[in-house]
Amino acid sequence: MEPFTKITSRMVPLPMDNVDTDIIVPARFLKVTDKANMEQYLFRDWRFDSDGTPRPDFILNQPRAKGAQILLGGRNFGSGSSREHAPWALLAFGFRAIISTSFADIFWGNSLKNGLLPVVVPPDAHAELFRLVERDPDASVTIDLASQTLTLPNGHAVNFPIDNFSKQCLLAGVDQLGYILKQEPRVRAYESAHPATVQTSVKI
Amino acid sequence: MAGTMASQKPQTLIEKIWDRHVVVEEPDCPAVLYIDLHLVHEVTSPQAFQALREKKLGVRQPSRTLATTDHSVPTHDRSLPFADPLAAKQVAQLGINCREFGLPLFGLDSPYQGIVHVIGPELGATQPGMTIVCGDSHTATHGAFGALAFGIGTTEVEHVLATQCLLQRKPQTFEVRVEGQLRTGVTAKDIILALIAQIGVGGGVGCVLEYTGSAIRSLSMDERMTVCNMSIEGGAKAGLIAPDDTTFQYMAGRPFVPKGAAWDAALQEWKSLPTDNGARYDKTVTLDASRLEPMITYGTNPGMGMAITATIPRPDSLTDETSRKTLAHALEYMALEPGKPLLGHPVDVVFIGSCTNSRLSDLRAAAGILKGRKVSPKARVLVVAGSQQVKRQAEQEGLHEIFRAAGCEWREPGCSMCIAMNGDELKPGQYSVSTSNRNFEGRQGKGGRTFLASPLTAAATAIHGCITDVRTLL
Repeated sequence: MEPFTKITSRMVPLPMDNVDTDIIVPARFLKVTDKANMEQYLFRDWRFDSDGTPRPDFILNQPRAKGAQILLGGRNFGSGSSREHAPWALLAFGFRAIISTSFADIFWGNSLKNGLLPVVVPPDAHAELFRLVERDPDASVTIDLASQTLTLPNGHAVNFPIDNFSKQCLLAGVDQLGYILKQEPRVRAYESAHPATVQTSVKI
Repeated sequence: MAGTMASQKPQTLIEKIWDRHVVVEEPDCPAVLYIDLHLVHEVTSPQAFQALREKKLGVRQPSRTLATTDHSVPTHDRSLPFADPLAAKQVAQLGINCREFGLPLFGLDSPYQGIVHVIGPELGATQPGMTIVCGDSHTATHGAFGALAFGIGTTEVEHVLATQCLLQRKPQTFEVRVEGQLRTGVTAKDIILALIAQIGVGGGVGCVLEYTGSAIRSLSMDERMTVCNMSIEGGAKAGLIAPDDTTFQYMAGRPFVPKGAAWDAALQEWKSLPTDNGARYDKTVTLDASRLEPMITYGTNPGMGMAITATIPRPDSLTDETSRKTLAHALEYMALEPGKPLLGHPVDVVFIGSCTNSRLSDLRAAAGILKGRKVSPKARVLVVAGSQQVKRQAEQEGLHEIFRAAGCEWREPGCSMCIAMNGDELKPGQYSVSTSNRNFEGRQGKGGRTFLASPLTAAATAIHGCITDVRTLL
């Protein structure tokens, strides 16, 4: 996982509430067995016509999306399915952070485990960011994970929450699995104190 | 035993399960939560197995793991080859992974194959008080047994395979109290659609729902699974119901449940699970079941639902701009006119199936409406049992003959047109009434338009080829 420290970037606005993971990566692209080519599946049915032609009116096909690292989403971003293909595809396109007022729980966890930072801002700051990109599509904001701040071009800084564990993992770019593996003696002790009530390997 | 001592703080069902599964919780870190049962399917697992290979890790507890193929499997005659080589490869890969890592697989050759959330309970692998996870957001289904069951991503699938644990933060508790008696033609599906319409698709974010109240207690296990299944559609990762005699009667004698003295011991443990008197929830919402009508969705998320007799809401009635844009976009996608009723709206396909509504009682309900009737020649009607066991039971009862005589397709078990990965899909612009759980854009096929409803409403709609209030046929 690539570490996340600080980024400064334009924002790509997507002013829709409850953007679901089915629209982020449609299910027909989930038949893959690896993580290759995820970029081409991102927002597939909003981005491309049936024949694969990019739709010029969709924001990700506009020049302002090129090189942008921040997606400014509507409320409750990433709802629906648990598919981790959604954050994989967002990252493959080049996004490193998504801003919203709230995120669906599974999407939130999946994003953090892949180095994609979900940034929760209060509703007034969220509205201000949409006004900002409407006035100036090239306006850049800075997201600094260490100080947990999002800074607007006018210097106004907004704090965002993240649990310290996920933050440290992101800053260092380390996989959370290492931490669980280190707890092995405690897991073993738990298992001997709590015998299984199911044995799925038993022939039925 | 937790919760029985007077000195102890009264606890909710959720808190009891949580506390009994925390392996360790260090300061400033999430809890390491032990996972009792890990369900695996072909779609969200291949990259996790590959990561294990790369890290030279094995599966810690193969006998707490249960794999099946459901999402991308064809529902046509099983003796025919897959039409889609990618799907074939994905299904074959699960077989390779299960052999390599020594995991039990209920694959296409198994008499117990089926949708992962149907077979877990029917095999007795799903038990009260357990923590259950699967790389699938409808894992909440297993909450019907009083288990803390939730969907996870592929990285977490890898974590559980390797360690049988997950890093988790304690969720908030959200009581959904449903009192009163359902009226004729109104089902468990209508309870959950009404709840989501009320709290919205983000209403349960950060929470685990506990369904309580007389209306919930009187539901069968199949019906409880329908309710819990769609907890995620209200934004909650999990939703559960305290186990009771209905639960224990369902479980008794199933293949993976404890036997003999172990059953008695388990029963005692399970009976300690229900929420203590005086325990507090972080949030509560109440629903009056006796006032509910059959529900149907009109938009592109499960929160966009209404009583079947209501009219489609108007975006211009919303004051918030993004809400207005979101609803307008949804109605444009659905090609529906604000202010109009949905009753009588033509449909091209009716889908009866999915982890929400593909169990025996769902099929019986649909067959009850279709018996002696014909489906509209304008509609294609697919009936897809949730598992091989459900299919066999339905056939023993002759339900398949009722469906076929009415003009329905009786297909092999799988997720089928709920997620449209297997070739069962809507064509662009087509409308369906579906007993599944998601009406997202393109969910049932690119450009397809979905109305979510109960098996009763789906069967009634199949007969007329347009959205129909089942109460007119009862």
